[in-house]
Amino acid sequence: MIGWRVLAAALLGLFAVMAHAQQGPLRIEITEGVIEPLPFAIPEFQAETANAAQFARDITRVVAANLVGTGLFREISPGSFISTVTSFDAPVAYPDWRAINAQALVTGAVSVAGDGRIVVKFRLFDVFAGAPLGEGLQFVGDQGSWRRMAHKVADQVYARITGEGGYFDSRVVFVAESGPKDARIKRLAVMDYDGANLQYLTDGSALVIAPRISRAGDRILYTSYESGFPAIYEMNTATLQRTRLPVPATNMTFAPRYSPDGRTVVFSLTEGGNTDIYSLDVGSGTLRRLTNAPSIETAPSFSPDGSRIVFESDRSGNQQLYIMPAGGGEATRISFGPGRYGTPVWSPRGDLIAFTKQNAGRFHIGVMRTDGSEERLLTASFLDEGPTWSPNGRVIMFTRETAGAGGAPQLFSVDISGRNLRMVPTNGSASDPAWSPLLP
Amino acid sequence: MTYLTKALLLVAVLATAACNANANRFGAGGAGAGGAGAGGIGMAGLGSPSDPNSPAYFNQTIGDRVLFAVDQSTLTPEAQGVLRQQAMWLNNNPSFTAIIEGHADEQGTREYNLALGARRASAVQDFLVTQGVAPNRLRTVSYGKERPLAVCSNESCWRENRRAVTVLSAGGMI
Repeated sequence: MIGWRVLAAALLGLFAVMAHAQQGPLRIEITEGVIEPLPFAIPEFQAETANAAQFARDITRVVAANLVGTGLFREISPGSFISTVTSFDAPVAYPDWRAINAQALVTGAVSVAGDGRIVVKFRLFDVFAGAPLGEGLQFVGDQGSWRRMAHKVADQVYARITGEGGYFDSRVVFVAESGPKDARIKRLAVMDYDGANLQYLTDGSALVIAPRISRAGDRILYTSYESGFPAIYEMNTATLQRTRLPVPATNMTFAPRYSPDGRTVVFSLTEGGNTDIYSLDVGSGTLRRLTNAPSIETAPSFSPDGSRIVFESDRSGNQQLYIMPAGGGEATRISFGPGRYGTPVWSPRGDLIAFTKQNAGRFHIGVMRTDGSEERLLTASFLDEGPTWSPNGRVIMFTRETAGAGGAPQLFSVDISGRNLRMVPTNGSASDPAWSPLLP
Repeated sequence: MTYLTKALLLVAVLATAACNANANRFGAGGAGAGGAGAGGIGMAGLGSPSDPNSPAYFNQTIGDRVLFAVDQSTLTPEAQGVLRQQAMWLNNNPSFTAIIEGHADEQGTREYNLALGARRASAVQDFLVTQGVAPNRLRTVSYGKERPLAVCSNESCWRENRRAVTVLSAGGMI
């Protein structure tokens, strides 16, 4: 918590303005699967300077949309409010909020400082306990980062009520798609987790697939056909400069992923029609072969501590999931249900592995524990694939493609209880999402 | 073979690839669908399908592609028949090189299908080599499920998409 605050202060100028740290009884236990979303009230944030009115409105709406989008919260219509909040520091009329069954109350204020930066303050109240939940916080940032400040407010509210880390102040890299199914144009793109601030990173002249983002969010690995042959490239997200990964260029390379410390890239390399998993030490350029089998080994993903790799292999006759040490070695099969399992991704919490399952002509996104137990399928459709984890390991984003000549992919998200399936807005077709960690 | 040896060989092959991006490629319409925008030559360059030494004869009369069963890269007897004729044509027309494109249908995950397409392209390459085509005239590329030829979502289309296409390139660049 302290570390986060220091980091945030470095970038956005965040500091606490109140010091009532208090744990109220207000709590959502996510693991139990919420049936009834928690009702909350969020009166429009006060505009403390005249030129802050639009920011106040917009920030309030983004905070509310973040919370409602989780499926865990329900916003009470402002039309039913009894109390009118007239200033950020006015005492809270708890009975008025209890009367409309608001369990949580979020109040806030926005001002534009003399240097043009905006200041966002908020407080969270446990209405039925009649007390603040945690301390008030203040964020200061450039006007262009108002959405990030709204996300940070919502992350705080979410974290205090659920006891889990938030995920709103994060970005998603993905492939934006256009054109007919047999001549699709694919471009790398990046956006906020909720679809805002979409930016294209490549021009669509070369086919690109499956981008992955580094833990620090500063680099993207992806596979491109720009030479005519598929190879892995790395892009700096600030400069958009890209370099080809220093691996043998005669071979097809794909399915890259960073190690948690960013120093190693694991990927698949194909030689003579046979695909195995290799690792590249980014600093030294040393290439190491991690699997050596005549079967297809691909889609490697590190455990969050960097010690193990989960991957898929068809060595048993069809696609199944295996775990091996990060340096290679004996692999243990963890998937045993009917059908085929691919694209495993280790949760950032370490507890679960998300995967694509193909069975009886349908595709599913599912999760299982790292020993393969407690498999749960979260979705089903003509074609669901390619899961990626939210920063807190509670939500999964994936690609869903519709069938037929007019079929097209879209991004969807679902929480790990299988609830709250939502389409992610992307301004057109989209595939292959990769969710960043929380931004600093 | 070590990667170092491969890397040395590669210099020549890469040169080929670089040429291909700009030089004449004789893909059959959208079927080839090369990554760099293949098929850059008009019908005149393809020649007549009745001329046994023309690219048109290779593409249409022999057939530039072979099909595969679901999740398989084994060459059927029918596919082997086509590839024997492809090899004969290539042996009779040594100035041509070829890129073999491996493809998969949409019923599979993206990464697996890339690897499966590579298996298919490699199976064709290996077969052509056993028929006497010099290995350095052939290169493979997998498109996985990225470039379907038929776009419906049932077996009538999927069977057309599980393919390996031999795309000719002009010029003696070995």
